[in-house]
Amino acid sequence: MKRRDFLKSVSGLAAGAALPAMPQMISSAYADARSETLLIVSEGGPNNLDIHGVGTNVPGYEVSWNCYDRLISHAMKSGPGGVPYYDRDKFKGELAEEFRIDDMSVTFKLKKNAKFHDGAPVTARDVKWSLDRAVSVGGFPTFQMSAGSLTKPEQFVVIDDYTVRVDFLKKDKLTIPDLAVIVPCIVNSELVKKNASEKDPWGLEFTKQQTAGSGAYKVTKWTAGTEVIMERNEDWVGGPLPKIKRVIWRMVPQAGNRRALLERGDADISYELPNKDFQEMKANGKLNVVSLPFSNGIQYIGMNVTKPPFDNPKVRQAVAYALPYQKIMDAVMFGLANPMFGAPADKATEVAWPQPHKYNTDMDKAKALLTEAGYAGGFETTISFDLNFAGVNEPLCVLVQESLAQIGIKTTINKVPGANWRTELNKKEMPLFTNVFSGWLDYPEYFFYWCYHGNNSVFNTMSYKSAEMDRLIEGARTAAAAGDTATYDKDVKGFVDLAYTDIPRIPLYQPFVNVAMQKNISGYQYWFHRRLDYRALVKG
Amino acid sequence: MLTMIGKRLMFAIPSLIGVVIVTFLLTRALPGDPAAYFAGPAATKEAVEQIRKKLGLDKPLIEQFFRYTNDLAHGDFGNSLTTGQPVAAEIRNRLPASAELTLLGLIVSVVIAIPLGVLAATRPGSWVDHLCRVTTTAGVSLPVFFTGLVLVYVFYFRLGWSPAPLGRLDVFTSAPPTVTGFYLIDTLIARNLEAFRSALSQLILPATTLAIFSLAPIARMTRASMLAVLASEFVRTARASGLSPSTVIVTYAFRNAMLPVITTLSMVFSFLLGANVLVEKVFAWPGIGSYAVEALISSDFAPVQGFVLTMAVMYVLLNLVIDILYGVIDPRVRLEG
Repeated sequence: MKRRDFLKSVSGLAAGAALPAMPQMISSAYADARSETLLIVSEGGPNNLDIHGVGTNVPGYEVSWNCYDRLISHAMKSGPGGVPYYDRDKFKGELAEEFRIDDMSVTFKLKKNAKFHDGAPVTARDVKWSLDRAVSVGGFPTFQMSAGSLTKPEQFVVIDDYTVRVDFLKKDKLTIPDLAVIVPCIVNSELVKKNASEKDPWGLEFTKQQTAGSGAYKVTKWTAGTEVIMERNEDWVGGPLPKIKRVIWRMVPQAGNRRALLERGDADISYELPNKDFQEMKANGKLNVVSLPFSNGIQYIGMNVTKPPFDNPKVRQAVAYALPYQKIMDAVMFGLANPMFGAPADKATEVAWPQPHKYNTDMDKAKALLTEAGYAGGFETTISFDLNFAGVNEPLCVLVQESLAQIGIKTTINKVPGANWRTELNKKEMPLFTNVFSGWLDYPEYFFYWCYHGNNSVFNTMSYKSAEMDRLIEGARTAAAAGDTATYDKDVKGFVDLAYTDIPRIPLYQPFVNVAMQKNISGYQYWFHRRLDYRALVKG
Repeated sequence: MLTMIGKRLMFAIPSLIGVVIVTFLLTRALPGDPAAYFAGPAATKEAVEQIRKKLGLDKPLIEQFFRYTNDLAHGDFGNSLTTGQPVAAEIRNRLPASAELTLLGLIVSVVIAIPLGVLAATRPGSWVDHLCRVTTTAGVSLPVFFTGLVLVYVFYFRLGWSPAPLGRLDVFTSAPPTVTGFYLIDTLIARNLEAFRSALSQLILPATTLAIFSLAPIARMTRASMLAVLASEFVRTARASGLSPSTVIVTYAFRNAMLPVITTLSMVFSFLLGANVLVEKVFAWPGIGSYAVEALISSDFAPVQGFVLTMAVMYVLLNLVIDILYGVIDPRVRLEG
């Protein structure tokens, strides 16, 4: 038996098996259906169709965004590379025809012709019920509402059938933007109340399985873990009628297959592919690949400042000089990220976030700082990362490990399973780790409030506490609410500078959202939530 | 016979109770906090606690266990957090998908492996024997996900003969009304030939992948057991009596060689059913294996428990069927408890 004969026999066998599939006819009805249907393939799918549900995952947000309306939404502007990008500071009505912002409240007039998917009109009572629901159900939605000082049902007042007023608890610049995120979506209150029970007064079990909104799409079929099918709502009034009639969203766990589906032209859009694939697809030019930076997002190396050796700022600075920034950009991110390091020494701090720090890979300086801190012989520690994002985290940590070894810091890599990562973060015991944080609301003080403030939220992963930092963050928040630009600018520059001198976390880069699509797909828009907005997409 | 089956099922009960207890404890012993996981990326400590309360995870372990067994007794396997659906319904939908794929793979494998093994045994040292050896060695040494990916690459990506690896049906075909859960059968019942063809063409590559992998144990076992039987005295007697070689091999030798082959088949089947996770991942197959693994990754207790329990029941039933088959093939084997 020769090797060649063997190969022949095996491939002959497989070919024989595949033959019956070959004559795959494409009927004309099939072709029509294709031209109005968008086929999306991604790794994971929703576990709940309602963002107010318990533990709704990120793909679930995409369904909510497209199937429910909010009172207001953001206008678009031209972003990096001419791609439409949501305008942080400009709002337009979605269900609201007009809105008026007063000193301590905002009043919305609803569009009178707005209807839910079942034909019931959208009224002020639905709005109040939905907002009450968002601040009452607990968990993530309630937390997100509180970020804009929206915490009490009494804040939402029905004036008449088509007018609602939202009262402010205090002056907060984030209240209006917070009404335009995914959470304050308007739900068909009569329909849901009918399907609620005593144990489940907000009808979460009902909206978990079906959409009850007024949005541009409605879910017609959902097979968890397999597919979601959405049909256009022909009576949508939130904006111009979308071009795509039907969206089929299939879960394809294997990244290689998602790429094959795209390159063969079978799938229209995919995301969540390895950076290397995106870079290659960009280079060969057969597909449109859009890459845009995460707004308000940073991948960083964090250090636990409560325990030696990282309680010593000199050690932290030494680490900041010892990181292989450029290597990470090239070998891990394949250039698909904005560098957050190596700003010129004379560059003035800007009133912006994120912005690069001034550290660069400089082993001599790192060594000197470490000696100064009393660790001339180095030390041993562990570096932890979240296995859910192993594709980026693992090579990144290996590079960091190699680089730190050069200044005598011996690290062991600790891979934490995804299910366990948040528990570990909450314990705040990991000495050295890499993580990514990105805020929906794109304001420096928002980021700093969660990541650096002494109230020690989950995201202050370094347990960093500094009275001066807290003062500057509070100062910026107060100044923003009062419209005091001079103080605001001073405080923002102040906390950025402090964060970079004290350097409890070392920014590496601002990651990109990458989306690959067929050449005939246009209209992609970047949103703060980084999921797809089907309403603007066009095929053909 | 019936009392026998009854008796066997009775004996299975203690092992099932054991499985319930062990899976319950094991899932609780897993690292990771489901409450923290499902509270989302932006959760505060209070939010995590709220979720914990909602999931009933704040109760003592023993109370959780009683609640779980009570639900189980009412046929409620709990809810999956990752997919948001009741576990019993998910397993009911996904088990046929895995079973259809595994059965088809096994049938393809048997159709090739058994003749190959028989031929190899009748002509030891010949080219057929070598073919058998090489094929089986290659089959087991290639990991399934690798074979799967190569098949997808060649037959879908390069040649375009095979449809997109998008699960059980192509995107624009809708599923037939469920009767058996096996699409090949359900589409025929619904007389929907288009859907039948779609289901079949989607099945070919994954089934081939599984077949290549399971060829080895079946062909090797057939060969070995045929060799032993062919060397035995009753075969020599049959030959000496002037029976034709085909009668000797098929009627006398093969039937006697089948017992160990059947045992291997049952093992391969139950192994494939649980272990074809990788094939399911590669072909986006909505099967039970990938479901269990995803649940495990996110410390989602209910599906893991449901999966292990279903598998345990399947093993018990499968063993029973095999034992009954033994009696049919070889009347000397007595089915006793």
